[in-house]
Amino acid sequence: MTVVEDAARPQAAGETVLEATGVTMRFGGLLAVNDVNLTVREGEIVGLIGPNGAGKTTFFNCLTGLYKPTSGQVRFSGTPLPPKPRAVVRAGMARTFQNIRLFANMTALENVMVGRYCRTSAGALTSVLHGPKFRREEEATRARAQELLEFVGLGRSAEHLARNMPYGDQRRLEIARALATDPKLILLDEPTAGMNPQETRQASDLIFKIRDSGLSVVVIEHDMRFIFNLCDRVLCLVRGEALIEGTPEEVQSDPRVIEAYIGTGEDDDEVEDDVPGGEV
Amino acid sequence: MTDIETPVDDISQAPVAKPGKPIAWPLGLAGVVLVIVGSFLSWSYDASILNDLSINFYPGGLQILAIIVALLSLVLLLAEKGPLVKLGSWLDVTLALRALGDGLTLYMVLVVVAISVESDGLINVNPGGYVTLVGAALIAVSAYLLPLRHLRDMSEARMPAWFEILSIAVLMAALLFVAAYALGLPDAWSFILCLVFVFTAAIGLFRSGAMTFVSHAGQRHRKVLTLAAFAAAFLFPFTQNGSDANMSIAGSVLVFSATAMGLNIVVGLAGLLDLGYIAFLGSGAYVAATLSNSAFATIGWKPPFLVVVLVGACVAAVLGLIIGSPTLRVSGDYLAIVTLGFGEIFRFSMFNLDGNNGPNLTNGPNGIPGIPDLELFGFNFGSEHTLAGIELGRFSNYYFLLLILVGGVILAFSRLNNSRIGRGWVAIREDEKAAEAMGVNVFGLKLLAFSIGAFLAGLAGTIKAHQDGAVSPDQYIFLESAFLLAAIVLGGMGTIAGVLLGATILKMLPEKLRFFSEYRLLLFGLLLVLMMRFRPEGLVASRRRQLEFHEEDEALAVAVEEEHLVIEEAK
Repeated sequence: MTVVEDAARPQAAGETVLEATGVTMRFGGLLAVNDVNLTVREGEIVGLIGPNGAGKTTFFNCLTGLYKPTSGQVRFSGTPLPPKPRAVVRAGMARTFQNIRLFANMTALENVMVGRYCRTSAGALTSVLHGPKFRREEEATRARAQELLEFVGLGRSAEHLARNMPYGDQRRLEIARALATDPKLILLDEPTAGMNPQETRQASDLIFKIRDSGLSVVVIEHDMRFIFNLCDRVLCLVRGEALIEGTPEEVQSDPRVIEAYIGTGEDDDEVEDDVPGGEV
Repeated sequence: MTDIETPVDDISQAPVAKPGKPIAWPLGLAGVVLVIVGSFLSWSYDASILNDLSINFYPGGLQILAIIVALLSLVLLLAEKGPLVKLGSWLDVTLALRALGDGLTLYMVLVVVAISVESDGLINVNPGGYVTLVGAALIAVSAYLLPLRHLRDMSEARMPAWFEILSIAVLMAALLFVAAYALGLPDAWSFILCLVFVFTAAIGLFRSGAMTFVSHAGQRHRKVLTLAAFAAAFLFPFTQNGSDANMSIAGSVLVFSATAMGLNIVVGLAGLLDLGYIAFLGSGAYVAATLSNSAFATIGWKPPFLVVVLVGACVAAVLGLIIGSPTLRVSGDYLAIVTLGFGEIFRFSMFNLDGNNGPNLTNGPNGIPGIPDLELFGFNFGSEHTLAGIELGRFSNYYFLLLILVGGVILAFSRLNNSRIGRGWVAIREDEKAAEAMGVNVFGLKLLAFSIGAFLAGLAGTIKAHQDGAVSPDQYIFLESAFLLAAIVLGGMGTIAGVLLGATILKMLPEKLRFFSEYRLLLFGLLLVLMMRFRPEGLVASRRRQLEFHEEDEALAVAVEEEHLVIEEAK
């Protein structure tokens, strides 16, 4: 464990990739995310933890433009991001979903090829005319998709339908699809949910591999061992607010974090479980 | 004993190994002989019904169909035990023979019913008919006594390329022959019997696995398959001897197919339910009619037809954009309602733009009749032409033009389907939110699907106007949109062959079976309900859809495949 820990932590001090300041999301009377700041630098793995209903996924949705934050700003590589998913992906931020959202009736390869959509340009007319330029682009898309499938270890499943793949493979396929958009930063929403220990280990290897290829990673996770192994920095959200941000050791030993998860014993009256529309 | 070839353990076939098994094969053979002998005898006393089945030793068309089924059964029996036994390890003899036996029995029962209904009583059925019926029943019985077997995987079957190409060509030729024969039948009973024959033969071929072989061969020789299909379609008018009645049906089938193909992009690929699609066909037709220099046209300008085609298609596409841009933000049922409304708006607009309530553009309910025939590059579509000694009438000319259109539409569909755009559409259909998060331009692509679909329908409409010679608002009622959708659902969403098949069935049946035109809707409703129950993916399922609806089978297939992989790895 300690070996991995040390290997996991090279000096991460590149340029700032993502800078979210004062992100606030309000659903009617409910403050789902309140004034959260997050900075991600190049080649860094940042963890996002917090009990159920803390607003982690809502925060992700604000970052990726699925929600328009009530207030706050998201800057990517220095330029402000409009809250539109397409612009966000184009800028270089891709994500996966907490409940796997693959294109179930497409093959694994096709799923990844959809991810190339925003980096390719063939229009309807070009496609119908089927000229050499179109064929070259199509060929390149296919080759890149296959390469990514191999990167996540699904090279042999290219022709399988996404819906028929084992659960762990579906998670990895979602990551491959996100990588196909050529991101600089990838947001992973509970990438090991429902996995067994062996699959979890493979997942963290994969995340290191992604980081080593020059990307930054933000990961939401409930598995503490996983997250403290993996991350350079951890941000803990509780009831929509940033409780603490720091190295895994700092966060791990903070009594408030333990309290947020386990409760103090006096008032274990339930952590809010459902944020309306909060989980995607 | 019959299955020495196949390595199957005894337990798996124990339940079917009944004592009657040894007689199954001779029984089947006797059935085949009886059917063939019976078919050479007279079936009916009355010569005037069912195209004359009353002459001994001179089989009529329906009798020849029975002989064909008998010969197919003979081949299967010989594959079970006899000189063709090698074939038997690939073909599922038992299941195919059951289908053929059942189908032929049904066929003969219908023949007997038809004869007694058409000419007063069973007395008019001659012995030949009964002999054939008994023979058919024997085939069916023998098939149920044969054992079920495990077979080799048909997808591994490899034959020399010439044989595979030949099998594709034979299939296409058979299709052409049957289509020409069925359309040439004058009475409804013969037509129904012919349909029973087609379904019997088709199910037999599918059950035996022969169709699997042909479809695999078709995938290996895609170009040959496409060419053969078009050659068969091209040759069709030459089988009609200048008869315009059938060619007009064939022409309307092609218009319907092209339109359904356009709708297939919207519904089958992008997953947008459009219930007013016929309006786009209508707008193309109205543009062509208005610019045709007909005496009733309200604009006295006639540009060359190629310009008219473009204008018509573009008008339809622009209408698609206009209706799409505000409405594509809603989805599912809401979109269906809005498009339904749009279809009605179009019809009422055409109805009311008659000079009383606004400008006179469409002559209101009277429509625009007297649209002159097309003239392209000096070729007049109204006159008859003789090619290779065969007369080709007016409708044949349009048929050829429409064939080119359908070919173009199919090409556009398949190329779009296999492109970045097509993948985007399917992704939207599968999960709109995920598609959006992957950077797919959801709204733009939906709009594109809408306008491309409309463009293709408008294209078909411009030719339809000239072929029909008239346009009027009542051609573009909601029912037509519903039929287009039914053709897609029946045939198989998102497929090419399926939609063509569905369009053909839905357009041809009512034309040939006019006697139950009142029950037409009832019948189609029933057909759709049955389809949804037994084959929700449509007659021809796209790979994706099929898996979607038969998940357990696929899970099984995957499990088996994985087992194979494990075994391979172990080696």
